[in-house]
Amino acid sequence: MNDLLKSIEAPVNEQIPELHPGDGVSVHVKIKEGGRERIQEFKGTVLYVHRNGANSTFTVRRVASNGIGVERTFPMRSPRIEKVVVERHSKVRRARLFFLRERTGKQARLKQKF
Amino acid sequence: MFKGLIGKKIGMAQIFDEDGVAIPVTLIEAGPCYVTQVRLPEKDGYSAVQLGFEETKPKRLTGGELGHLKRNSLNLPPLRFLREFRVKNPEVSEGDVVKVDVFNVGERVDVVGTSKGRGFQGGVKRYHFKGGPKTHGQSDRHRAPGSRSSGTTPGRVYKGSRGPGHMGNDRVTAQNLKVAIVDPERNLIGVKGAIPGARGGLVLIKEARKQ
Repeated sequence: MNDLLKSIEAPVNEQIPELHPGDGVSVHVKIKEGGRERIQEFKGTVLYVHRNGANSTFTVRRVASNGIGVERTFPMRSPRIEKVVVERHSKVRRARLFFLRERTGKQARLKQKF
Repeated sequence: MFKGLIGKKIGMAQIFDEDGVAIPVTLIEAGPCYVTQVRLPEKDGYSAVQLGFEETKPKRLTGGELGHLKRNSLNLPPLRFLREFRVKNPEVSEGDVVKVDVFNVGERVDVVGTSKGRGFQGGVKRYHFKGGPKTHGQSDRHRAPGSRSSGTTPGRVYKGSRGPGHMGNDRVTAQNLKVAIVDPERNLIGVKGAIPGARGGLVLIKEARKQ
């Protein structure tokens, strides 16, 4: 890739560790409300990591209180991400965990990897 | 102030603005451009600014081109590209240098480029014709253009009718793009969104006509 193009790309967000599908994560996102800035947590499972250089993203799935699944995709280099805490790793056999969408409750569990 | 630049498309990237919103940016290496000639209504019948871009070896230009750049002791370097920008009042003089800092971040610009050539294409791709029916016994009519015109009256196809032909490699203007990056040190300018043409293609950057 062109060096000039590389030089204007967003810098790497150092607060994001290496992520894998199946990881239980808590994403701390900066949110602007009026003039104030606060931090919101988004807790869930990494569904997949889309690797595309500076444009990489990762998608986190969380089941909200009323049983409705919520998926959120974050750009890997977003300056809005305060930090990402990896709470657990899971044993998974594929790169994209779309099968979790059809499962609820006990079925949606993943085996923990230590 | 005259605002216009000649540059080269470098490519696209994604950057984040101060709110953390991702914006697509096209990077252009533009300038430094030299004002090689100022066209005046009294002398030329119209007013415009002629800019030159990209220094080359003197042997790459013809004698006439070199003479044009050296006339009236202007002594400009040999420039590969000369392009005119129509403006009402030129407000620059011959020999001036125009750099990317004429544009500011947040301003609106039009970018003119040459679209990628697509060769000889049918009506479906070129003008979004619908093509023929896919079923009901059709054969060889799926992407056919249909009728070109009426019958005995007028008895011919009107000039300028749409149909198959050469597509792309046309002058295309992308209007009202927001300037996202200005880097005078490296002669770089970034605009939000895509611009016509391939990477490395020559582009003209002007003030937006429809602000």
